[in-house]
Amino acid sequence: MIHVRGLQKAYQDVSVLTEIDFDVKRGEFFGIIGPNGSGKSTLLKMISSVIAPDAGEITLADKPLARYTRKELARVLAVLEQEGLPPVGFRVREVLEMGRFPYQNWLGEEKDDVTPLIEEIMQLLGLVPLAERTLDQLSGGEKQRVALGKALVQKPQLLLLDEPTTYLDIGYQIQLMDIVRKWQKTTQVTVVAVLHDLNLASLYCDRILMLHKGVQIGVGTPQDMLQTDKIEAVYGTRPIVMEHPVHHLPQIMLQSRA
Amino acid sequence: MKKQLLLWGGASSLILLASAVVSISMGAASLPLSQVWLILLHQLPGMSDLVAVTWPDSSEQIVMKVRFPRVILAILVGACLSLAGAGFQGVLRNPLADPFTMGVASGAAVGAAFLILFGLQFAFLGEWSTPVVAFLTGLCSLWIVLSLAKTQGKLQTETLILSGVVIQAFLGSLVSFMVSLSNQTVNEIVFWLMGSLSFRGWAFTYVLIPYVLIGVIVLVGYARSLNLFALGERQAAHLGVNVDKTKLIILLVSTLLTAAAVSISGIIGFVGLVVPHLVRMLVGPDHRILLPMSAIGGGIYVLWADTLARMLLVPTEIPLGVVTAFLGAPFFAYLLKQNKRTGRR
Repeated sequence: MIHVRGLQKAYQDVSVLTEIDFDVKRGEFFGIIGPNGSGKSTLLKMISSVIAPDAGEITLADKPLARYTRKELARVLAVLEQEGLPPVGFRVREVLEMGRFPYQNWLGEEKDDVTPLIEEIMQLLGLVPLAERTLDQLSGGEKQRVALGKALVQKPQLLLLDEPTTYLDIGYQIQLMDIVRKWQKTTQVTVVAVLHDLNLASLYCDRILMLHKGVQIGVGTPQDMLQTDKIEAVYGTRPIVMEHPVHHLPQIMLQSRA
Repeated sequence: MKKQLLLWGGASSLILLASAVVSISMGAASLPLSQVWLILLHQLPGMSDLVAVTWPDSSEQIVMKVRFPRVILAILVGACLSLAGAGFQGVLRNPLADPFTMGVASGAAVGAAFLILFGLQFAFLGEWSTPVVAFLTGLCSLWIVLSLAKTQGKLQTETLILSGVVIQAFLGSLVSFMVSLSNQTVNEIVFWLMGSLSFRGWAFTYVLIPYVLIGVIVLVGYARSLNLFALGERQAAHLGVNVDKTKLIILLVSTLLTAAAVSISGIIGFVGLVVPHLVRMLVGPDHRILLPMSAIGGGIYVLWADTLARMLLVPTEIPLGVVTAFLGAPFFAYLLKQNKRTGRR
């Protein structure tokens, strides 16, 4: 789905990313982790074509990223941002309908009726009772679900998540990630997620890319990547890594040094 | 959406029509409303045989030569300014942006005043020369304001309004300087500056019509993009909007509308600010409805402001800009307060 080759980016002579090489397979849940300032957001912005790389190439669905128009790209990939949506006066249903923008002609029309699709996504996300409410009346968690709904309405082949759970409590975090996984099972969408929370990354990702100061430390399964030594080298703190009693995946526990 | 548009559009068009007829009947010589209706109906193609002439010729002269062109001009100027305001507010995601606060109106005024000072209003391009020059100078000032306000590639509400005000003050002094340079033409520049729609005749109306048409068509064509802008520029980009191109086109068209209005009627402040906000409170944030309703609402607002301007102190006329600002400035203050409150949340 995605091929990234020799990617480099610098801001005013300060290198942010160097020699990034990886592939993401179709239908995979791919995580990007790393400490603050490791370049993971920059990498995601380059995949979503918001900023251009200095060197290297990204290929998306067998076509170089640079050859997509904005509208073509919006039919292939959708992005869920960490900030969520601003408190504007649009209704939830109207925001979801905006997700169809890349498929509409200049009159705002589309060949097929999209009402069933929007209804289905509102069901999946539990947005039906909120449909006629405006964004400025919603809580942070609700707004993030609307933003995800809008991204799903785009029917992307690739869904990018930029630290989507940052401002959510644990209940909403799991809810959001479960919705994404459920959607992935039915549509075979590829997911690339920048995640801050290593435990969430371990629970949901098939493979994880670890970044440190703009350099790729490695790509592998959660078992390969979430090891005590690797985490200490990158994050500067030595955690305890244990196996999750139910999911049998690595989970980390922090230890205080004071 | 379409039902809503028809409902609001129909209702506001009726109000506009009724306002126009009432306004035409008012003046030094008051005409009965029924007479105004009949005179206007008489002008419609195919209606001249059906409507018998029951009015004195002088009434028809007053309606068709004096009041009707003025009413139409007021409506067009209002539509231009209010559309421009809605465009600026939408694309800059700033509720305080309008042709006036963005310095565009003052920029256009500099160009127009320059032409008046040297008696060049009709040189080069005839009726079109003032709007074209006003557009170019308005564009320059917009560019200056935007580049002043940009800090690290981001436009912030406070800096944008601040730089708009600074540029506006500078350009205002430039216009005043031109006024003091010319002794003979002082009155013409000053009166034009304060905004007036008197003695304009039909020629100016014909100049404005293409601007309003272009403005409405282009802006309404971008209405859905503007809706996405409301969610943030990056959100809009991710949904397939070419952000830079869209921004450029909407700023250009809004400046064009402003320049057209300013070059014909001088600086009429606050219309572009007040009307889109009032309309937004009524119909919501959807630009597909907001933009056409702003055009009609702006028409109604300026029509009534102009009617007040010519009626309040008969036979003296109050400059139109004085009336619109007198109503608009308190509203601006109210908005500023609201904006602060929501910002703190």
